[in-house]
Amino acid sequence: MRKKNLFIGLLVITPSIIAIAIFVYGFIGWTVRTSFSNWNSFSALLRGQYKFVGLRNYIRLFQDSRFQTDLWNTFFFTLLFLLGTIALGIIMAILVDKGLKGSRFFQNLFLFPMAISFVVTGTVWSWIFAPGNIPQNPQGLNLLLSKLGLEKLMWGWYTSTHSIGKFNVALIPVIIAAIWQLSGYTMAMYLAGLRGISEDIIEAARVDGASEWKIFWKIKMPLLTPITLSAMIILGHISLKIFDLVFSMTGSGPNFVTDVPAIYMFELTFRSNRYAMGSAIAIIMLCFVAVVIIPYLATNLRGERR
Amino acid sequence: MKKILIITIAIILSLSIFATENALEIFSWWTGGGEEEGLLALFNLFNKYYPDIHIINAAVAGGAGTNAKAVLKTRMLGGNPPDSFQVHAGMELTDTYVIPGLMEPITWILKEIGAYDKFPKDLIEIVSYKGEVYSVPVNVHRANVVFYNKKIAKEIGMTKEPTTWPEFLTYLDKAKKMGYVGIALGDKNKWTSLHLFESIMLAELGPEKYNKLWKGEASFNDPAIKQALSILKDILAYVNSDHSALTWQDATRMVFEGKAFCNMMGDWAEGYLKTLGWKPGIDFGWFALPGTQDAFMLVSDTFGLPKNAPHRENAIKWLKFLATVEAQDTFNPIKGSIPARIDADKSKYDVYLKWSMNDFSTKAICPSIIHGSAAPESFATALMDAINIFVTEQNVNQTFKEILWIAEDNGYLTD
Repeated sequence: MRKKNLFIGLLVITPSIIAIAIFVYGFIGWTVRTSFSNWNSFSALLRGQYKFVGLRNYIRLFQDSRFQTDLWNTFFFTLLFLLGTIALGIIMAILVDKGLKGSRFFQNLFLFPMAISFVVTGTVWSWIFAPGNIPQNPQGLNLLLSKLGLEKLMWGWYTSTHSIGKFNVALIPVIIAAIWQLSGYTMAMYLAGLRGISEDIIEAARVDGASEWKIFWKIKMPLLTPITLSAMIILGHISLKIFDLVFSMTGSGPNFVTDVPAIYMFELTFRSNRYAMGSAIAIIMLCFVAVVIIPYLATNLRGERR
Repeated sequence: MKKILIITIAIILSLSIFATENALEIFSWWTGGGEEEGLLALFNLFNKYYPDIHIINAAVAGGAGTNAKAVLKTRMLGGNPPDSFQVHAGMELTDTYVIPGLMEPITWILKEIGAYDKFPKDLIEIVSYKGEVYSVPVNVHRANVVFYNKKIAKEIGMTKEPTTWPEFLTYLDKAKKMGYVGIALGDKNKWTSLHLFESIMLAELGPEKYNKLWKGEASFNDPAIKQALSILKDILAYVNSDHSALTWQDATRMVFEGKAFCNMMGDWAEGYLKTLGWKPGIDFGWFALPGTQDAFMLVSDTFGLPKNAPHRENAIKWLKFLATVEAQDTFNPIKGSIPARIDADKSKYDVYLKWSMNDFSTKAICPSIIHGSAAPESFATALMDAINIFVTEQNVNQTFKEILWIAEDNGYLTD
């Protein structure tokens, strides 16, 4: 009986193992192969002019000023997006967890943006942050500012080409839209975590005379660490490969101030037919995501073995 | 168990019926206002002649075909071509699909129905490679047109349409002084600034030299191209400051709303202004971008025949059908473009399109870069990026140097 079960089990998972081997790992392998080639026109592959050029595509990419902008943008985007989403998620989770009147309603309200696709978010926020023709014909938030008599605060939002060091300020509106989209999700994660903390521990701390503040920092937060880690990993890999939000909101911006690697990859591959360069970007993005995911998987596996 | 078996068999049977069906799969990116209606009108007319052919409309949405082109490339590379697909006349077809050997020549189709000499010679040349035609042009758009708000034109005292840069700039300046945007631009999707620049380039080079660039008979290292960059710089002083937040529709809308004096766009903007409720010649006027009066910057949608098309016979019927005057006169008044055949029925078109048809049969035809006719896609996208950086940085010398590099990378003359 046992043997038969094992056999059926194998039979059931074999197709998906084969499919994953081909359609995930096989294609990753193929992309790596392409990224080392000179396949920079539609015809090269078909005519068999497929030469391997080693790391040339990668070297050229890191010298490319647009790609350098992309890397800096990814760095700042990830940093600020993670900080904002996690901070806002915790605050909302605590407020909802207090169980005040109407908290259920707010819980749903905060979660709602998650049901919307990034393309819609991008389009809507591109109208909100549309600068308009300042100062004569402001739009969106700028219009609100001018109605409130705060003309001095009007600026170009995501069309601004101003930068502070390597940080393009045009990223700020994009980061706000991304935080709006996903902070509800982190709230849900933290809420689950907060409700999972046993009342007994809290009670014990209270009896010992700990203040609410102290309970939060010394007891709740350490217990929530695994959730923070999960949130960082899930949000981190979203932000490293973000495409749709930026594409629909800013279209990569003037002078590529809000460009990200995924957009550059799409344009090189499907607009310019430069498949090798596009593949190289895809592999670089894969490496970024791997840097985030692999330690997580490793700790998870270790935990299971224990 | 028995039930499942029966259902499975039923599904397999219905699939195989579907596969052997007398079908015709047409791939395009015509999903927006006007163009979709035009395409469906074409399908209806086609089905009147061939009622037993089932048309599969494989249209993929997305501005200027960006998404559709990506889907099409994947399908073509994967050996799963549609029966016929929409493609811009010229290098977009030639460089991407003809040279790799993925297309069938169709000269014989045009000759068989006697349509070969009904298209302008310049256009046939653009859709040909090594003497063979590879696609049937269905419509023609003109790219080098300025549309202006007649009310504002009156206010700034424009009595006749400008034909030179100084004249044009004077009007832009007057509009700006009266609180209007001189010329509206919406380059969120990037291509519009190259759309503007290529026409300025055409104005400075003249149609003859411009066309020679693509045949490798003239060099990109020409002071006229540098001059075109400085003219673009002059024009940018009259552009709306939020141009990089807008699409071309938003920019055209600024003219309609009386916020901007004019907008330089292809004549799909004319169709858009009409859908907003404006009448051509009464609410808005137009003129060829100064310096390009003798030229017709061409954007043409065509359909070709991929090798190994699953329903080749039907695809041939479709292409023959598209080349007829009847099909062209059905589609174009709805889409807001002019027919590629010069013997079409003029009475079906509005006053603007009549003007355009006149110019089409008499002026020099020049292929557009950004709309895929003049140069390979790699050239067009690289130039698009360079011009986008220029719009922000406005560094004439640097951008000119970059244009030379891009030309060199793509095998064009640079000395």
